[in-house]
Amino acid sequence: MLGGRRFSPAASLALAAPFLLLLLVVFILPLATLLHESLFVPSPGLGNYAHALEEPVYLRVMLRTLRIAFLVTLLALVLAWPLAWVMSRSRGLGLALLGAAVLLPLWTSVLVRTYAWMVLLQRNGVINQMLARLGLIEQPVRLLYTEGAVVLAMAHVLLPFMVLPLYSALKGIPEDYPRAAQMLGASPWATFREVVWPLCLPGVTSGCLMVFLLALGFFVTPALIGGPQQMMIATLVSQQVRELLDWPFAGALVGILLAFVLALVLLFRRAVRLDRFVGQA
Amino acid sequence: MRKLDADRNAGSISIEGLTRRFGAVHAVDGVSLDIRAGEFLALLGPSGSGKTTILMSIAGFEYPDEGRILLGGEDITWLPPNRRNLGMVFQRYTLFPHMSVLENIAFPLKMRGLGRAEREERARAALRTVRLDQLGERRPAQLSGGQQQRVAIARAIVYRPRVLLMDEPLSALDKNLREEMQIEIKHLQREIGITVVFVTHDQTEALTMADRVAVLDHGRLQQLGAPRELYEAPQTEFVAGFIGETNFWSGSAAAAAAPGEAVGVRLEGSGVMPALAVSRVAAGDRVRLALRPERLRILPGAAEGVPALVTEAIYAGNATTLMLEAAGGQVLRLRIPAGAGLPEAVAGEAVTLGWQAADARAFGVAP
Repeated sequence: MLGGRRFSPAASLALAAPFLLLLLVVFILPLATLLHESLFVPSPGLGNYAHALEEPVYLRVMLRTLRIAFLVTLLALVLAWPLAWVMSRSRGLGLALLGAAVLLPLWTSVLVRTYAWMVLLQRNGVINQMLARLGLIEQPVRLLYTEGAVVLAMAHVLLPFMVLPLYSALKGIPEDYPRAAQMLGASPWATFREVVWPLCLPGVTSGCLMVFLLALGFFVTPALIGGPQQMMIATLVSQQVRELLDWPFAGALVGILLAFVLALVLLFRRAVRLDRFVGQA
Repeated sequence: MRKLDADRNAGSISIEGLTRRFGAVHAVDGVSLDIRAGEFLALLGPSGSGKTTILMSIAGFEYPDEGRILLGGEDITWLPPNRRNLGMVFQRYTLFPHMSVLENIAFPLKMRGLGRAEREERARAALRTVRLDQLGERRPAQLSGGQQQRVAIARAIVYRPRVLLMDEPLSALDKNLREEMQIEIKHLQREIGITVVFVTHDQTEALTMADRVAVLDHGRLQQLGAPRELYEAPQTEFVAGFIGETNFWSGSAAAAAAPGEAVGVRLEGSGVMPALAVSRVAAGDRVRLALRPERLRILPGAAEGVPALVTEAIYAGNATTLMLEAAGGQVLRLRIPAGAGLPEAVAGEAVTLGWQAADARAFGVAP
C-alpha cells in the first residue's frame, strides 16, 4: 500500500467509489430493471419464469448450455494442465515463450479467434482441404455448426482462464515434494495422484469455475460457430431482446442464469476455501 | 518391489569415476568413493563443490555423464528414484501439507502396497523412534521446524531402506536445535545400523557426526578420511584451509624432502623453521606452510624462533586469541587455551613464536 499504512474506511470508499459508481450505473441498475420487468410485466408473478422452464425449446437451450459449458471446462482442463505444469517447471526464455503463447490469444479479439476457427472448420476450410488431399475423405465433412466445433472453439478461447490459476497453483508446489514422493517409492503416476493433484486442487477449482461461468454466458463463439441448431442461452436472450422485443421474458432467462451462477459460486467458494484450509493446515 | 536384503553389505555404496557436466562446468569431476555398509559418511564442501550433485546422483535425480554407482554391488546408475529403495531427508522438510503426520509416515508403506492396519502400526512405531508419539494426528504446519525434520526422518526410515541420504537436513534449524539434532541423528543411525550419506557445508557438523568425511572442492574429491585425520593431517592446502582455522605462510624448502619427512622452510621475511613435507619437495621449491592457531606457542625468554608483535589479545573465556604480526607483515592467529598454564601476552608485546615440526604442514606450490 502507498506509504505502507492502512487506509481509513472513508479513504477506502473514496478510492473505490469511481468503480463502484460505474458498477451501479451500468450493471446493477439495468440488471435490476430487467429482473423487475421479468417479475411484473405483463402481470406480477412468476409467469415469465414458468414459461422459460416449461417450454421444451427453452429447456433444451438451457440444458445444452450446461452441457457445452461442462464439456468446454473439461476439455480446457485436460489441455491446460500439462501446459501449466511445464510452465511451472520452466524458467527464462522457455517460460517467456510459453507465457506469450497463452497470453497473446487473450489479448486478441474473441471475434478474430472465432473467425479463425470458421476459416479452419468451414466446408472449404483448411481442415476439410487437408483431409481431402490426404485422401481420407471424398466429400467435405460438416465441421462448422456442430456441437463439437462449439466446444473446441470455446475451450480454445477460454483456455488462458484455466492455464493461469493452474500455473499459479502448480508454481506453489516446491520441486522437493514430487522428489520426496519418488524417493519414498511413488511411481510418477502415484506422485501425480497422491501429491501433485491434491496440492493443485485449489487452482483446478478456481480455473474450472472461471471457465464454466464464462462459458455459460458466452455469446460470440457459439453464435458464429454453432449456428441456430447449437443455440446457447446468451444467444437466446439476445434473440428475445433484439428480434422479438420480449424484454420481460429475456429478463426471466437472465434471472435463471444469474441464480444458477450465484448458486455455483457460493457452493464452490466454500470448496475453494476448504481446500486452502486443508492445504495450509 | 525389491525384497529387503539381509546381506551385510547391502547398504554399501560404490561411486566409480562419477562425472557430471553442466555445459562447460564439471560439477563432479571423476569422483570415486566407497561407502561401507552402516557407515556415516559426510560429503563436505563449499557451494559448487559438487556434493549435492553426488547425492542427487545416488538418489536418482541426476544421471552422470560418466561413471557408475553401485548399491550393495548392484548397478543402480540408471534406475529411477522410486525403485532404488533409498531413504532421503531434504533440506526443507518436504512433509506433504495435505496429509497428517501419520499419513505422511505411512505414505511410503502405502506405495509399497501394505495394508492399512500394518501401515498404521509401523508408522506409529517410527513416530515413537523419533519421540513424537503424541503428534500423529497433527498437520505438518502445526509442528515446529525440529519436529517436522524428525517426522521427515521417521518417514524416510519407516520402510527400512538400506541407505539414508540427507541433504543439509539441519541448515534450516537454529543453532541449539541443530546441535541437539546432530547428536540425535547420530544415535538413531547407530541404533538402526543404516548407512547414512550426509551432505553439509558446515565442517563442525561433518566432524561431529560422521565416521568419515569426504571433502570436495570444484567437483573433485580432495580427501577422504576420519575427522581426526582431516584435521591433523590434511593432504591438500584446500583441506587445511577448509577444515578448522589455519594460518598460511609462504616460503621455500631449505632442503629436499619426501612426503612425511621433516623439512626446514625458509619463511618469507623470517628465518628457517621446522615443518613436515606433505608432498615431495626439492630444495628451493616454493611451499605454503599451514599452522593451526592452537599449535603455535609463545616461547619463553631468549629461545630461538620467529619474532612477532602482538597487535590484539581477544579473551573469550575458554581461550585467548592473539592477533600477531611477524616480520615481513605476515599476520598470524595464535590461540592459548585457558587453564593450561601456558604463557600469555598482552597487546603491544614483542614475543617469540615456535612450533613442533609435526604441527607445521608444508604443501608444495605449483610453480
